[in-house]
Amino acid sequence: MTELTRRMPQAPHRPRRSVVLTIVMALLLVYTLVPLAWLVISATKSNSDLVNTFGFAFGHFNLFANVADVFTYEGGVYGRWLINTLIYVVVGAGAATVLATLGGYGLAKYDFPGKKAVFAIILGAIAVPGTALAVPTFLLFSKVGLTNTMWAVILPSAISPFGLYLMWVFASDAIPTELMEAARVDGSGELRTFRTISLRLLVPGIVTVALFAIVATWNNYFLPLIMLNDPKLYPLTLGLQQWNAETVGVGAKPVFSLVTTGSLLAVIPIVAAFLLLQRYWQSGLSAGSVKQ
Amino acid sequence: MNTRTVLRAITLGAIAAVVGGTLVACSGGGDDTGSTSSSGSSASKLDAALKKGGEISYWTWTPQAKDQVAAFEKAYPNVKVNLVNTQGAGTSNTKVQNAISAGKGVPDVTQVEYQSLPLFQLQGDLVDLTKYGFGDLKSKYTDATWAAVSQNGGIWGLPQDSAPMALFYNKTVFDQYGISVPKTWDEYIADAKKLHQADPSKWFIDDAGDAGVATSLMWQAGGHPFKVDGTKVTIDLQDEGSKKYAQLYNTLIADGSLGTIAGWSDEWYKDLGNGTIATLLAGGWMPGVLAASAPEGKGHWAVAALPTWDGTPANAENGGSTEVIPKLSKNQDLAAAFLRWLNSDPESIKVFIKDGGFPSTVADLNDPSFIDQTNDYFGGQKIYQTIVPGAKNDVAGWSYLPWQAHANDIFADSVGKAIANKTDINKALQTWQDANVSYGKQQGFTVKAG
Amino acid sequence: MTSQISVAPPRPRAERAAPRTKHSPLKRRISAAGWGFVLPFFIGFVLLVVVPVGYSIYLSLYRNQLIGGNHFVGFANYLQAFTDADFWSGVLRVSLFLVVQVPIMLALALICALAIDSGRLHGKSFFRIVLFLPYAVPGVVAVLMWGFMYNPRAGLTGALGHLLGFTIDPISTQWVLPAIGNIVTWEFLGYNMLIFYAALSTVPRELYEAAAIDGAGAFRTIFSVKLPALRGSIVIATIFSIIGSFQLFNEPNILRTTALGIIPTNFTPNLYAYTLSFSGNQVNYAATVAIIMSVFTAVIAYVVQLRGSRKDA
Repeated sequence: MTELTRRMPQAPHRPRRSVVLTIVMALLLVYTLVPLAWLVISATKSNSDLVNTFGFAFGHFNLFANVADVFTYEGGVYGRWLINTLIYVVVGAGAATVLATLGGYGLAKYDFPGKKAVFAIILGAIAVPGTALAVPTFLLFSKVGLTNTMWAVILPSAISPFGLYLMWVFASDAIPTELMEAARVDGSGELRTFRTISLRLLVPGIVTVALFAIVATWNNYFLPLIMLNDPKLYPLTLGLQQWNAETVGVGAKPVFSLVTTGSLLAVIPIVAAFLLLQRYWQSGLSAGSVKQ
Repeated sequence: MNTRTVLRAITLGAIAAVVGGTLVACSGGGDDTGSTSSSGSSASKLDAALKKGGEISYWTWTPQAKDQVAAFEKAYPNVKVNLVNTQGAGTSNTKVQNAISAGKGVPDVTQVEYQSLPLFQLQGDLVDLTKYGFGDLKSKYTDATWAAVSQNGGIWGLPQDSAPMALFYNKTVFDQYGISVPKTWDEYIADAKKLHQADPSKWFIDDAGDAGVATSLMWQAGGHPFKVDGTKVTIDLQDEGSKKYAQLYNTLIADGSLGTIAGWSDEWYKDLGNGTIATLLAGGWMPGVLAASAPEGKGHWAVAALPTWDGTPANAENGGSTEVIPKLSKNQDLAAAFLRWLNSDPESIKVFIKDGGFPSTVADLNDPSFIDQTNDYFGGQKIYQTIVPGAKNDVAGWSYLPWQAHANDIFADSVGKAIANKTDINKALQTWQDANVSYGKQQGFTVKAG
Repeated sequence: MTSQISVAPPRPRAERAAPRTKHSPLKRRISAAGWGFVLPFFIGFVLLVVVPVGYSIYLSLYRNQLIGGNHFVGFANYLQAFTDADFWSGVLRVSLFLVVQVPIMLALALICALAIDSGRLHGKSFFRIVLFLPYAVPGVVAVLMWGFMYNPRAGLTGALGHLLGFTIDPISTQWVLPAIGNIVTWEFLGYNMLIFYAALSTVPRELYEAAAIDGAGAFRTIFSVKLPALRGSIVIATIFSIIGSFQLFNEPNILRTTALGIIPTNFTPNLYAYTLSFSGNQVNYAATVAIIMSVFTAVIAYVVQLRGSRKDA
């Protein structure tokens, strides 16, 4: 019987909680949190404080002014970048999830001629470095006039071989073939079966794929870097790096506080998404590998 | 939505495949269509364009652009100029290149450093402005800057600024440690050593691998490492002038006087402002930059002539830009009209100078009201009295590589590395030379080394 | 058998109620449906992955010169790449990076996963979430944060230097690669830990009971029950990390702006390809470099996968 929830991994006897282990692991926690702590502290400091005070010390509390500056600097372009990122994520990661779900489901539960070839090609693609594809994709897109448009970022984001693979593994185990056959006997078409029966069972997997696609798209830097020239189309990653680059160079402006505060604001939504949806993605990652 | 996109992509892909071959082909050397119209009618063509109005885009990183555009739009209310800040030569070149490769999103007018212009011109990307009668404007500009915009028989832009080098130094630090202003490079080296011994936390000079400064110093030392004759290029980074530069830097490094904080970085500006870096070798555009980005240094800095090698006055340019019009611009006439105003209209130049720009127009360079103005950042010094004469001493005959922008991008790989690791600069120049020779050959130039 | 996230595709369950006739309308309908589900992804995949790869190969056979234009050069670009010291120093560098950083990161991730799974940790949910946070941070921001901390004058290393009496400059020629390795480890530790933890959480209870009956202590349980269960996920994590290492670009590219002499334009193969394309107008050669790297990566990933699953008998 396939369980969709995580099993309790503990051995029959409950082991003692170890303080030593906790302390050792806590060191790793510190390692993880230190840079983030710096980010939070820096976001509360004004530009002069950033330059003049030690990184982990607080200065004069300036967070609200910083946030206001972030959203008004250069005509409010940060808000534009935020919206762009949302569009790229919703459309790009959304499309990636849909395509990966449909594809993974098809590969997992159906047999069809040419399936092995499809599998081999796709598996091979995971090994091709994404950055190796970016430049030729740029050239192709420029011939078709798609560069410097939102599609230049959305389209490549919509193909996630990793998502397909995750979904494939998950669907194989999460959906009993017997259920599908029973539906067939009842006269249900394949699409209808998918919609009414399979989809529900796939939810943890879908959420997992969606979350990973969202993170990948939200944090995507190289692809937009190559494809986009117009700052009005930048996602947050590119925009922040542009501001970062503005603190350097001939017409340099001291906008470092914008970079730190802007970065913090860019990190929060993703972290929130992960925290809120952790129930789903944790079961999604594990359930897909459960076997009898 | 997805299927439609996919279908569109397929259709476009099919069309592209057919058309593809033509797009891949390079458009060869510059086509200069000789102008048959008299300058009078082309000037009126531009005036007509201004009256008709329209919208153009202007890509630049000059801090003066905003005020200039405002003044222009006030004078010509029918024209709207979309100003895009490209932040610096490196990113600008990449963006312009990308836009041209993509065939769209190309600016109507864009700033290009003198040394980067040949690359675009050779690829046939620029409009030859001879047809607009720009040749008549030649006498307005210095010989050096005009030469930089008129190569291979065409006129590709109007000079915006010039950049004679000068020695910028922190007078407060000099006074504090009893350092006198060096007149020769030997004195400079001695001063540097003195400062380092007195206070090791300070740097007399800071350079992590700036190709612009390097080539300018070679220029000042009488070097001619790059000789260009059409598509024939000779590269000799071991000639006398180049060796002088290498020797200078080797000594500064060995003495521990050379700081390696990355130029133009946040930290670099801070150190200029608070006296950690004592001198700066740069062009006449530096005062505006210092005032804007290193405000803490106000009142502490002063300007002197660049140290000489043997007492004979000699100088070089360090940077400087022009504006050009890409062929792919959809508003060439209006763009040309704007360009003409931007770099030759006295009103525009007035704004440019007021905002700290250093002009390339002979009239302004000789204008006492320009030369004699005091500068608050430099403690009230009349800095242009020092900087302007420097231009007269520019060593003649200097040439940049046709692909100088790329050469500068890889400069840090060899020379920057040598500076960081404190190894021989001469050897690094040899490495840089080899890289440039092989690059030039790959790009179809006939390249000779040495 | 122990459950794991396996690398090979899962075999579909036997169809008990399979139709008797071979090419019945039902079977054809099922085939068609299968294709139908897969087609959207596959079409997009062909257009956005296969075609660019094909175009890349095409480009690598040509050369577009500033003087002379575009012409066919056959394998000249490949020959040039094979003798290109700049290219191979980059390849060597990412290989070195890989050989050191990946095992360290995966070992740490493994330890974390085992620790959390052992049930001996106070507040394990908290650990799980916090350790995973860096994955949610964009690479650009991560480099920014670590870039500050690496600054020997104003940053954390500077402060540590004051305490210890000597300073290491992480962005120096000797230390820059470990410095970047640290950033990458920080970013992906939690992600890999999660992969391992998910695999561990599916180990059937019976195995633990059997081990306990055999008198196995904590460490023996780890070696004989947990680690074998993790084999498949270790292989996957290794493959993804290898691919990531060969593609190293973001971190050196962003750190470069303040470290030009330390991080040259050929620091990693991807950075090299990027410079070739966007600074040097050498798109054809860049395509060649990209293809060579892809083949290289694919071969190594395949070898790892083979070795990993061979033990899986």
